[in-house]
Amino acid sequence: MAEKIKVATTSLAGCFGCHMSFLDIDERILELAQVAEFDRSPLTDIKHCSAAVDIGLVEGGLCNAENVHTLREFRKSCKILVAVGACAINGGIPALRNRVPLEECLAESYLHGVGVENPQIPSDPELPLLLNKVRPIHEVVKVDYFLPGCPPSADVFWKFLTDLTSGHEPSLPYPLVHYD
Amino acid sequence: MNIRNTITIDGTPVPFQDGDTIMDAATRAGIYIPHLCHNPEFKPHGSCKLCTVNVNGRNCSACTFPAADGQQVLNSTEELNATRRTITQMLFVEGNHFCPSCEKSGNCQLQGVAYFLNMLDPHFPLFYPERETDSSHPDILLDRDRCILCELCVRASREIDGKNVFGLSGRGIHTHLVVNADSGLLKDTDLTPADKAAQVCPVGAIIVKRHGFESPIGARQFDQQNVSEWSLSWEPAAMGDEHG
Amino acid sequence: MTISDADQAWLSAVVANHGRHATRLLQILRDVQDHFRHIPRPVMQLLAEQLGVPLAQVQGVTEFYSFLSTQPQGRYHLQLSDSISDHMLGSRALGTYLCDKLGVADGETRADGRVSFAYTSCSGLCDQGPAGLVNGWWLPKLDRSRIDRISALVEADVPLSQWPQDLFSARDNVRRPGLLLSNPVASGSALKWSLMRGLASTLDEVDKSGLRGRGGAGFQTSWKWRFCFEGPEETAVCPVEKGERMERYVVCNADEGEPGTFKDRVLLNSHAHQVFEGMTLCAGIVGAKQGFLYLRGEYLALRAKLEAVLAERRRLNLLGVGILGREGFDFDIEIHMGAGAYICGEESALIESLEGKRGTPRNRPPYPVTHGYLGRPTVVNNVETFVAAAAIALKGGVWFASHGTEKSKGSKILSICGDCARPGIYEYDFGVSIAQILKDCGAANTFGVQVGGPSGVFIGEQEFERRLGFEDLATGGSFMIFDKTRDVLEIVRNFTHFFAHESCGFCTPCRVGTSLLRNAMDKLCAGHGAAGDLVEIGNLGQFVRAASHCGLGQTAANPLLATLERFPELYQSRLKSISFEPGFDLDGELSTARRMTGRDDAHAHLEQESV
Repeated sequence: MAEKIKVATTSLAGCFGCHMSFLDIDERILELAQVAEFDRSPLTDIKHCSAAVDIGLVEGGLCNAENVHTLREFRKSCKILVAVGACAINGGIPALRNRVPLEECLAESYLHGVGVENPQIPSDPELPLLLNKVRPIHEVVKVDYFLPGCPPSADVFWKFLTDLTSGHEPSLPYPLVHYD
Repeated sequence: MNIRNTITIDGTPVPFQDGDTIMDAATRAGIYIPHLCHNPEFKPHGSCKLCTVNVNGRNCSACTFPAADGQQVLNSTEELNATRRTITQMLFVEGNHFCPSCEKSGNCQLQGVAYFLNMLDPHFPLFYPERETDSSHPDILLDRDRCILCELCVRASREIDGKNVFGLSGRGIHTHLVVNADSGLLKDTDLTPADKAAQVCPVGAIIVKRHGFESPIGARQFDQQNVSEWSLSWEPAAMGDEHG
Repeated sequence: MTISDADQAWLSAVVANHGRHATRLLQILRDVQDHFRHIPRPVMQLLAEQLGVPLAQVQGVTEFYSFLSTQPQGRYHLQLSDSISDHMLGSRALGTYLCDKLGVADGETRADGRVSFAYTSCSGLCDQGPAGLVNGWWLPKLDRSRIDRISALVEADVPLSQWPQDLFSARDNVRRPGLLLSNPVASGSALKWSLMRGLASTLDEVDKSGLRGRGGAGFQTSWKWRFCFEGPEETAVCPVEKGERMERYVVCNADEGEPGTFKDRVLLNSHAHQVFEGMTLCAGIVGAKQGFLYLRGEYLALRAKLEAVLAERRRLNLLGVGILGREGFDFDIEIHMGAGAYICGEESALIESLEGKRGTPRNRPPYPVTHGYLGRPTVVNNVETFVAAAAIALKGGVWFASHGTEKSKGSKILSICGDCARPGIYEYDFGVSIAQILKDCGAANTFGVQVGGPSGVFIGEQEFERRLGFEDLATGGSFMIFDKTRDVLEIVRNFTHFFAHESCGFCTPCRVGTSLLRNAMDKLCAGHGAAGDLVEIGNLGQFVRAASHCGLGQTAANPLLATLERFPELYQSRLKSISFEPGFDLDGELSTARRMTGRDDAHAHLEQESV
């Protein structure tokens, strides 16, 4: 049997809902496991991508510097990079903060907000800095495929991955295209 | 009814009546041409350009271009749908369209058209413009983030409600919807939820409050049928009582 | 703010002077802008009441035109032309100097309210740049010493009427008169001769001349006039001789907004009689009683002179009732001013603007010639077209048609600017080669020429044997020369900024597409372009060209597409070797967070490109 396809996944500024939806393929995951294995992913707890990943599934948009580093690692390591879900595609719900200047967001959360004690903006170097605006991932790296939805349904994941693993150009029929 | 002449749309002969646009003839014949700023109850506007068709080799807006005998119209081609997909992507990136948090999701024509055109991504960098939301009215919300500048509310308020509640202002990418009141706020207009202007918005820019998320996912407009089926289910009948 | 009783009375008088017509809204708003230095909201409300239009419409018109402002401008509002030709003469550095000198920022009004500054689209003085405007009045040939003088006048609060005239005086710079400029028509002579000959025969002469519209599109003038008098009615009747008909209008398009064009400025300055004579002839032929000269806001300095010419023509019975004693030949001309909107050069947008509305192009068909001003048949022609028509009426169609080429009869007046020794006005018979023109105006080391302005075509050295004419290089008259020291991408970037600024916003492809093109050119010129960006920008340009509603969008990508096709290597040399780079400043996106956390460690920064 041929070598298994390596799949990596991550969630940037997302809610892990896309990952949960992916797992909703239920018992079909056994079928998938016949042809694919997971590389870096919250599902495996592997922390970094191995050299040659075939498919990288990225949930969430970019809200901080660490998101950018993770995304770049995925782009470098993955032959095929996929933007999964509304947040990766257009910033999604986290991007609702884009209408409020970051300065005001931080001040409200850490300085002047209701119930704030010992007001200070966290500045530990371990913490990633926030970007002025939340961005979709296609603005920072080249993205090969997009799976819309909030989240994309399990069937979307299934259709996409089975198309790819069987050598077809992936496509989503009308009933599978949703933005919510 | 005085059917005189015929055009062809993608090779199919389609009869037309005096004064018909290409869109009129197509709609009557049960042929869907994607559109957003067009609504058969109103005088055609021709601004969104989604209904771009090719007439004898030239691109035209089907909603405004008069049908004429012998025209060969291309509508459902790969190339035209690619053009329409690009237009739809532009409408998405110039505004702030976050479907998961929008009450109109599932009933939104912008979304419906995007689904129809198999738009999977916004393609362009997003503009994330800063636009004002007007929640001053007790019963109606104006969320400019979602406005696509189709002017249907402007036309409805002027032509049907006789109130002139809305207008367009600004220029170019800064074009925006304004409210006809000293304060610029909806609460100071006589707009009511029963007005056509409050109901005609194809997206979620003008919505009647306290009716969000009434239908569960799966039971909404474009969960049930695609935008072409939906359009053709009511538009041919609506053409009879044009108010324009 | 509240409006004082005196100001209310002033406003009521202005509205009354304009006959309380909603069609005069833009004209009234110009007066309001002059008076208050902006359009105060309470004034919008009063205007809405007094003109019987919705407040939203008054606001919509106000916010459409660049020269109207909802925020107070300074008592001295200074503008610098942002045309590429002005850039090449150092306008941007001069702007910085001016701002420093006066302590004012770009796009802002100084705290004391005395002075404000902004860049503006081409002011029509490209042959004597860098040029600017003060409260709408020309300031040609600016340099540091003139800026010093202007600053002193502003700081001393000297009224504009007392500024030295040399600061304002623009020259015609006619370098090469040709068929029309060498054969000016004496006032009234073309009309007299036409009435003797018969207006119908005069139309035949215009037909024989083969004259085509000089705005650039080149529609046959005699056909336009014939369609207009035939109009939507069933029968064609030459009007002066007969009967009651639907009102018709004649409009002269003097909204000369194409960057690099200024020939209409010169025609209106020195040949206004001939322009009006051509309009009057047209009115006689199509049966119009009312004409309009739509004068671009930047040409305010010409207005008083033009009004004086109109008054003189009324005295000479060349305008008014029973022109030259011919019963029923009644015609007069009003001047309408634009207010900073390039789109109003598009004829249907111009008509909307004449009606006092936002200048958005109409859907066509129907065309203005049958459904124009107030829905009536309307001829809209370029200034130069009317000048030519008057000459043809006097000298005959054969005289005109014996010049030029098979499909392009007569001559073309060019506005030449950029890298040449003698910028100015040049008139040639159609068919002249680009090389000949370059030689005559003293251009050396020429890299390329933008023929027809940003909406025209950019040609390079290999094409200098090409010829002016509708068969080859059609042009509205703009002729911008660039020598080999110039950066083509910067030129294109300037043009994409122009179109994004001037897009009216009506249709999606142009509204969004021109902004995307502008951003993409900014990215390329800032050195952040990657291989994928070239493909992307080319596709986007093709899309905007094919999908836009009117000529603005359809031509907005011309400079980009023309240079991308001719000089791909210039674009490629600007690209990074990587395949993708963000279109925004990634590290800059962390600046707020850095400032607020006080961090500057290695983790507090991002590389622009992935290593």
